[in-house]
Amino acid sequence: MKQFKPDINGFYGEFGGAFVPEMLYANVQELQESYLEIINSKSFQEEFHSLLKDYVGRPTPLYFSKNLSHQFNAQIYLKREDLCHTGAHKINNTIGQILLAKRLGKQKIIAETGAGQHGVATATVCALMNMECSIYMGEIDIARQKPNVERMQLLGANVVASTSGSKTLKDATNDAIRAWINNPTDTHYIIGSVVGPHPYPDMVSIFQSVISNEIKNQLQEKINRDYPDYVIACVGGGSNAIGAFYHFIDNQKTKLIAVEAAGIGIQTNKTAATIALGKIGIIHGSKTYLIQTEDGQIIEPHSISAGLDYPGIGPAHAYLHDTSKSVVVSITDDEAIQAAFDLSKKEGIIPALETAHALAYLHKMKFKKDDVVVVNLSGRGDKDMMTYKKYL
Amino acid sequence: MNRITELFKHKEKNILSIYFTAGYPNLESTTTIIEYLDEAKVDMIEIGMPFSDPLADGPTIQDANTIALNNGMSLKILLEQLKDIRSKTQIPILLMGYLNPIIQYGEPKFLQEIHKIGIDGLIIPDMPLPYFKTHLQKLYYHFNIAHVMLVTPTTSEKRIKEIDENTNGFVYLVSSNSITGNQLQINHLKTYFEKIQQLQLNNKTILGFGIHNKETVKHAFEHCNGAIVGSAFVKFLSNNKITSNNIKEFINNLRL
Ligand SMILES: Cc1ncc(COP(=O)(O)O)c(C=O)c1O
Repeated sequence: MKQFKPDINGFYGEFGGAFVPEMLYANVQELQESYLEIINSKSFQEEFHSLLKDYVGRPTPLYFSKNLSHQFNAQIYLKREDLCHTGAHKINNTIGQILLAKRLGKQKIIAETGAGQHGVATATVCALMNMECSIYMGEIDIARQKPNVERMQLLGANVVASTSGSKTLKDATNDAIRAWINNPTDTHYIIGSVVGPHPYPDMVSIFQSVISNEIKNQLQEKINRDYPDYVIACVGGGSNAIGAFYHFIDNQKTKLIAVEAAGIGIQTNKTAATIALGKIGIIHGSKTYLIQTEDGQIIEPHSISAGLDYPGIGPAHAYLHDTSKSVVVSITDDEAIQAAFDLSKKEGIIPALETAHALAYLHKMKFKKDDVVVVNLSGRGDKDMMTYKKYL
Repeated sequence: MNRITELFKHKEKNILSIYFTAGYPNLESTTTIIEYLDEAKVDMIEIGMPFSDPLADGPTIQDANTIALNNGMSLKILLEQLKDIRSKTQIPILLMGYLNPIIQYGEPKFLQEIHKIGIDGLIIPDMPLPYFKTHLQKLYYHFNIAHVMLVTPTTSEKRIKEIDENTNGFVYLVSSNSITGNQLQINHLKTYFEKIQQLQLNNKTILGFGIHNKETVKHAFEHCNGAIVGSAFVKFLSNNKITSNNIKEFINNLRL
């Protein structure tokens, strides 16, 4: 099967590219010129897969949920990324990027984080590889994802509060990019999703594609068929979704469903549903859909889930949407909370608030009994207890 | 002829260019500031078009952007404010900002309108060169708008040459690889200037980022064709009453 790749300049159709100021040009170009060669090298592949296996705990189980299958009248599997070390898919990417950074001779790492999962995953690999680590996080997210802030600090990372704009993921990303501009030679920026300038969307997709590769093999083993009828995943920037979609993108038998955060509702201005409301523009160095005013100012989004609280979407998702290779839908804060409570009570799994958006969409689907449905359980919900507690 | 080219025809050294953000500190301050800068005899003016997410800017210009947007500034209002500017001054004026608001405004319409007003050049740091060449080069040429690109200490020699070939007006030399508003470290600049001088660029060079006092302006004048003062002027605007005399005093304090 052909691989899902942007063109040489990092464009998926009209989306993507590298819209960066000259101060970032050299850094971005260094990555563009080296990432594929490094990733495809034998030594990288060996180290990457050995760490994924023994450190992260991969392959993660593909769990057949009897209870959900009964409830929704279909064959429902949960891809258990919540069982990865540090509790979410984010570490697949940070392992890959830290190995890349080492091979580029970098000594310092910076990253942005929303829910704190990417921050924890970055702090973890920095501890592992003995690299200096600074994590940029919006002030509001620092308050609502406190356990993850403390984990990052315990892991030795320096957590820097972003106080500009909406004080959430968008602004943490701005500040991480600014820090990268100020430290051009010795620092690698580990972006946490399939966003940012080329080559980040492709690079992060490659690292996360391990998810769909495993789903393929696991389905083959379990049901003697190497694809599902549906893959459902939540989308902030879109890394867990691309990872879960990757090897099924050109398989027309698999329907790919990306679930955005509607926040209070897409008719309100408190939402993060980028495809529902966005117009094409430039955000964080990439051409994609983003939620913006008529004047082209980026709007501060809202989602109860810090990891989905982002006004853009990865360019690959913009492309998949525009070419009808995926269906993009949205789920409100309340629906997500309900789904998180349901899975906790019925299945004994407390999902992350981000993941709960994907689960909630099961309610809106009409399945046939033998439809094989994979929900990407992108992360566990321990970090969200402060929010869940309010609804107990 | 383009006013930037015109300027360089009769003045090659000690060009002083001042940056400020449109709509800051007040929505209506834009044209007043231009007039006072003109009276203070600066050589060139760069007007920042505010953006919600100014990636390459430090706290001072970030705050100015936020306040300007809260004041209601937009491209539409800015162009409206500048409509009659050429009846008041012939000083070269450039607009500087990020690509997204211009895309939403409509790039051809934007270029046509700034041409009509008499804007001389554009600095769009996050617009890639291939994008410019494919989409906009012809229009810039048609509307006689100078395309000013940035060079930084990390820009390779090969790329500096490419930038020089695709720039007109002048090459904007960024003093250090940093966001705006960091103070200039003069001792780091020697090899950078040597590299630039060796390359013998077609364009004039003007040094910006971190230029904030007499000493740094002098240094820029010695090694380049001029200096751009941005954050320091924006800071001045936030701390002082905007009067012709105050601005004159600020400018005279920068000059030799
Ligand atoms: C558990 C979990 N799922 C999903 C996301 C959203 O990111 P992405 O869309 O890149 O997968 C996050 C982000 O923090 C997360 O922590």
